[in-house]
Amino acid sequence: MSRNHVSATVNGDQVEFLCETGQTLLEALRDELRLTGTKEGCGTGDCGACSVIVDGRLVCACLMLAVEAEGKAIQTIEGMATGETLHPLQRKFIEHAALQCGICTPGILIAARSLLERNPNPTEDEVRYWLAGNLCRCTGYHKIVDAVLDAAREMRGG
Amino acid sequence: MSATLKYQEKELKLVGTRPLRPDGVDKVTGRARFGADYNLPGQLIGKVLRSPHALARIKSIDTSAALALPGVKAVVTRDDFAEMPDEMAAVGELMINFRDVTRNMMAREKVLYDGHPLAAVAATGESVARAALALIKVEYEVLPHAIDVVEAMKPGAPLLHEHQYTQGVKPKPDRPSNVAKRLEFGHGDIAAGFRQAEVIVEREFNTKPVHQGYIEPQACLASYSADGQAELWTSTQGHFVFRAQCAKVLQMDVSKIRVTPTEIGGGFGGKNNIYNEALAIALSRKSGHPVKMVMTREEVFSSTGPTSGANVKVKLGCTRDGKITAAEAELNFQAGAFPGSSVNQASMCAFTRYDLANVRIVGHDVTVNRPKVAAYRAPGAPIAVFGVESVIDEMAKKLGIDPIEFRLRNAAKEGTQTYYGPKLGPIGYIQTLEAARAHPHYRAPLGPNQGRGVATGFWFNIGNETTCSLNLQEDGTLTLMLGTIDVAGGSRASMAMMVAEELGIEFDRVRPFVGDTASLGFNFLTAGSRGTFASGMASVIAARQVIEKLRQRVAKIREVPLEAVAWKDGHARPVDATVAQFAPMSLPEIARMAGKTGGTIAGHAEINAQGAGPGFGTHIVDVEVDKETGAVKILRYTVVQDVGKAIHPAYVEGQLQGGAVQGIGWALNEEYVYGEDGVLQNPGFLDYRIPVASDLPFIDTVIVEVPNPNHPYGVRGCGEVPIIAPMAAIANAIENAIGLRLCEQPLSPPRVLKAIDEAAAARR
Repeated sequence: MSRNHVSATVNGDQVEFLCETGQTLLEALRDELRLTGTKEGCGTGDCGACSVIVDGRLVCACLMLAVEAEGKAIQTIEGMATGETLHPLQRKFIEHAALQCGICTPGILIAARSLLERNPNPTEDEVRYWLAGNLCRCTGYHKIVDAVLDAAREMRGG
Repeated sequence: MSATLKYQEKELKLVGTRPLRPDGVDKVTGRARFGADYNLPGQLIGKVLRSPHALARIKSIDTSAALALPGVKAVVTRDDFAEMPDEMAAVGELMINFRDVTRNMMAREKVLYDGHPLAAVAATGESVARAALALIKVEYEVLPHAIDVVEAMKPGAPLLHEHQYTQGVKPKPDRPSNVAKRLEFGHGDIAAGFRQAEVIVEREFNTKPVHQGYIEPQACLASYSADGQAELWTSTQGHFVFRAQCAKVLQMDVSKIRVTPTEIGGGFGGKNNIYNEALAIALSRKSGHPVKMVMTREEVFSSTGPTSGANVKVKLGCTRDGKITAAEAELNFQAGAFPGSSVNQASMCAFTRYDLANVRIVGHDVTVNRPKVAAYRAPGAPIAVFGVESVIDEMAKKLGIDPIEFRLRNAAKEGTQTYYGPKLGPIGYIQTLEAARAHPHYRAPLGPNQGRGVATGFWFNIGNETTCSLNLQEDGTLTLMLGTIDVAGGSRASMAMMVAEELGIEFDRVRPFVGDTASLGFNFLTAGSRGTFASGMASVIAARQVIEKLRQRVAKIREVPLEAVAWKDGHARPVDATVAQFAPMSLPEIARMAGKTGGTIAGHAEINAQGAGPGFGTHIVDVEVDKETGAVKILRYTVVQDVGKAIHPAYVEGQLQGGAVQGIGWALNEEYVYGEDGVLQNPGFLDYRIPVASDLPFIDTVIVEVPNPNHPYGVRGCGEVPIIAPMAAIANAIENAIGLRLCEQPLSPPRVLKAIDEAAAARR
């Protein structure tokens, strides 16, 4: 089976990979680039565990073909912290015990960052509806919502 | 050794605080490695061919075309696995039979459900493996199937197992049946109890199977070497139990399989059993390559879990002043394709919140053409309690008694004789009821179409086989190797906290890990809310051994009697000046000298933990019913639970919130939907709808602490109780909102609307 050559930017780094035409961006990230922080929970765009940012848009990496990543800038969980310094959302998730098993955590962090970039001062309802595409089976979302609101507060300097 | 460590009240520095979990940074940066994140050089991808039929005899399986496909390295079918005799083993709260395990992982005579594995292939890539599956030819003789539990129990229903005769019936029945087992619990005189009753309420309930819904599909990686050794990386709640199951079905020595547990992306009882693990080892053995197998979400829904659907009948008799005189129930549980549902546990949990003189419960474990059920958080209890707490609520209303007051008048307490065996020890049920009654939530005003519901839950909690090693390192820090999986709740943190508390040192001086199966002796699964109870006890034993050795070293170094050396705040100090005077030594000082004073210092525990303390909870929920659509909105939710002692309160709150929300999903939306053809119609998160953030309010928690006398810090275990009450609490709230008693789960918009429409039609 012939494979396609794709060039893209991932977390600021220029990358190249080969993929089958039917492979998803999620498979390319995980299996070709070995960036396994992005998770597969369903493969059908229903759980949000594979959330990544592509050219500024929040997408499910399982719903995008890898070949469509040509020339795109992709951000994944591996690029969220700066060196040893965690993003405020990452820090607040730990402080608020907003993660348990952690399988949904990368996707939720990516989605939450995307929210705060658009809306630095969300209400509880806005957080809940923005994150409605990210399933978590452990926490009941209580501490996740708390952590996002607290991180937003801190990032606003309040 | 069988172990209990008695509870000692003492001043605590660390236990009860909220340090940051040691697995936190890895989990927020994407570094934490889950089942599907492991890879080996030269690995193949394994995929499973599954039955499209609910019940069919397998006439033939032809794998020759698949094997001929370039890139295909191995195919396994029933012919690659030995027949297993009937032999039972414990898996969490449930029992398994190896005859069934080997048939569930790979069909033999018949396929018994949509999704039942028939063959597995290993190929150089995912797309080749999928192409190979399409080339396997299977000839079926399709048979009529049985899906509904009540229908399956009837004589003449399509039969799953010709060799299955109902156990627990005397004399032995003369024909096989889908009813694998009949069981009965009770005490007192049920007929006399109903004769004393002045008011009787009787209701029938039906529930659908629901899935554990962990977000991480099952995933494993196996590598079998030519010398007969196997390594396995897998997402599991019990790596020692998985090893035992693989060794058995593959006929290997236990010590020749080494299982390394990965981070687990949720389990809730659903990762207590092997599915692909033995297939991956067999494919690796046959191909000579490592084999990785990751389930799709569709496979997770069609072929793993779920919990039972059930038919439940409850009858309650009561005096006019609110004393229950008789309690009777019949529980008919779907077991799935093989026997072994949680009907036993459900029976024992049904009424064990009340002090009752006359109880009778009959349970049936019924095989149907659905996936074999697995444990799901307090297995069975939510189903029985949905019925019982609905009837309790209806009875309270009939008698004009406040529902919490009614429960208090009949509440179980220390000394209550259960109808299944033991007398209850010190428990906190009454305290949870009183805390709920005193909570502002219970008095908050409600609007139109809004209602408040209350329900309660009980779970046994368990102890069991547990080991750990605590190694003092040369700089005075410690590594704690645990044998119980941290299934998400943060048990690694809790165990390290108890060890640091014992040693009087800071939390971050103790680094906890979960060891592989070669590093420690056997551990039972993390199930039954046993992790922090049993592994906590083992950790405390290991810590106390280390302290004893530290004192011995200091006695030797300082040349004083052992009795003169006390351990306090991370230092060896003189007990008092009258016995001996010596300069105190810190943990790092002793550790640095350990090599020269007798060698490395370590503590070990190999125990069978006894004395788990039962847990009780009381839930309050407010709902609003949309009479146009039938949608039920959760407005407010409060969980009150006796946890014995919250080692890390934030993680205990997380258990209470997460469990309650799983219960909310069970109550309102989740269900398996099968077509007439016996095929599962909703094997995905779009059509099997678990709760999302916008469905929910904040979940308030009240932690009650009545210490378990059989744990050094009073721990009971807390993970399972919170899923038990929500279904009944929500049904009770809906009844209070719109005056209709709903007895069919899920209480989804179509069902609620139908009930509203039928009630309106009846009034006309």
